[in-house]
Amino acid sequence: MARMKFLCDADRCIECNACVTACKNEHEVPWGINRRRVVTLNDGKPGERSISMACMHCTDAPCAAVCPVNCFYTTADAIVLHDKDLCIGCGYCFYACPFGAPQYPRVGNFGGRGKMDKCTYCAGGPQADNSAAEYIQYGANRIAEGKLPLCAEMCSTKALLAGDGDIIASIYRERVSKRGYGSGAWGWRTAYKEGVQA
Amino acid sequence: MRALLLTLALLCAAPAFAQAPAPFTTRDQTSAEELELQRALQGGTISGRVSIPDTKSGNLVQPEGENWRQFHNRTLYTVGAVAVCGVLGLLWLFYTMKGRIRIAGGPSGRTMQRFNLLERTNHWMVASSFIVLMLSGLNLTFGRYIILPTLGPEAFTTLSMWGKVAHNFLSFPFVLGLVVMFLLWAKDNLPHPRDLEWLKMGGGFIGRGHPEAGRFNAGQKGVFWITMLGGAAVAVTGYILVFPFFVTDIAGQQLAHMIHGVLAMLMIAAILAHIYIGSVGMEGAVDAMTTGQVDYNWAREHHSLWVDQELAKARTTIDPGAKTAGAD
Repeated sequence: MARMKFLCDADRCIECNACVTACKNEHEVPWGINRRRVVTLNDGKPGERSISMACMHCTDAPCAAVCPVNCFYTTADAIVLHDKDLCIGCGYCFYACPFGAPQYPRVGNFGGRGKMDKCTYCAGGPQADNSAAEYIQYGANRIAEGKLPLCAEMCSTKALLAGDGDIIASIYRERVSKRGYGSGAWGWRTAYKEGVQA
Repeated sequence: MRALLLTLALLCAAPAFAQAPAPFTTRDQTSAEELELQRALQGGTISGRVSIPDTKSGNLVQPEGENWRQFHNRTLYTVGAVAVCGVLGLLWLFYTMKGRIRIAGGPSGRTMQRFNLLERTNHWMVASSFIVLMLSGLNLTFGRYIILPTLGPEAFTTLSMWGKVAHNFLSFPFVLGLVVMFLLWAKDNLPHPRDLEWLKMGGGFIGRGHPEAGRFNAGQKGVFWITMLGGAAVAVTGYILVFPFFVTDIAGQQLAHMIHGVLAMLMIAAILAHIYIGSVGMEGAVDAMTTGQVDYNWAREHHSLWVDQELAKARTTIDPGAKTAGAD
């Protein structure tokens, strides 16, 4: 099986936020929840970088490790998903996540957390593939249809890459060697315990 | 080779970027490794600008999450297991070796009031909410390993969800009770030189003889101040967690959880000992918090100075000519 990963080429990202919009539209993500966001570092200064960030679907995922109700599971494609019927909205996954991926609707007491929502790598959840129940809870399941995440497919500069880790790493390596520079595969060491060797 | 040299150069230059996140101006590196990320991470968390209202999402990478994971899954688990099991083990050992502490002179059959209705009601409000807070809190750390395998995922989620709701709401009666408790008992719990004497004699539990004590002995004062100071710290950190990101950022939330978790575990250990000595551990002790009427001999043995005080008070407030209980 493939080992699905995200890779954001920060030298290509133009902060158009098409990935964010595509994600919100595809899954009808409610107000206040952002499964993906673009962070601009050193905004307006020399060496500005924009990085599109969402759940990186980590190897040995911290969210899964700290979850008090053990609601996370990893698919055969190494996509980290969770069961909203089991989530209690405690917020622990957000404390542990290095990328700030988990999101919580404000439905609980005192404006507290409801059931956690995060990037599903367009792979839905534990409900039957592409069922209405799955769509309401997790959004579209493009993986079940043989498609890749929409954020990466919509990316106009092809900065955001999604797919098998080995394939997207080789694409990125080729880019870096051709253009002669690269700021690195952001978050790969943290998420996958491995980098992209030049 | 060139990449290696660049890595070395960047590593040497790294301390220069330690303070503020520096602009990424090196465009000539041909490495696909995360050199920029590593460099930016010299300052810990990496933050930037986002165009969405959720400002905390500007936090791109926070490596401290890994530390928090280690804390939650190892440190807190170990501290909790050692504290709770350790105290239960010690209490069991104490009970098997010394058994129930009896009233040395036997029950006299005459009683005197130790706690009034307000004091008892308030104590049980704090106690009952503490027990639910304790169980629902312990569930978050240990439930996944102990209860989840027996209950199954759906039932365990229902339990934990109710636990979370109860934990959030019962914090209010708990904190209110702590405030009232402080107003009622703080003045009788101020440290006194005789407390040292009490501690030296092991409170009469470990050593021999009954040391003198006023309304509260040194052990009870210890429980009182553990409850007050621990309770205050746990309440403050708890409300930070209940209202996420209102007063602090992710690092603050993690720290609040760490303080909350460790102090709560230690408080649980202390309160387990308190529950033991107030119930099965000592004859006559539980009456103080049920009927409020304790046996005269029990009071004499454990709180002799307080008994003298109460009797003196009673003598000055009675009608002349009235026959008082305890004065015959």
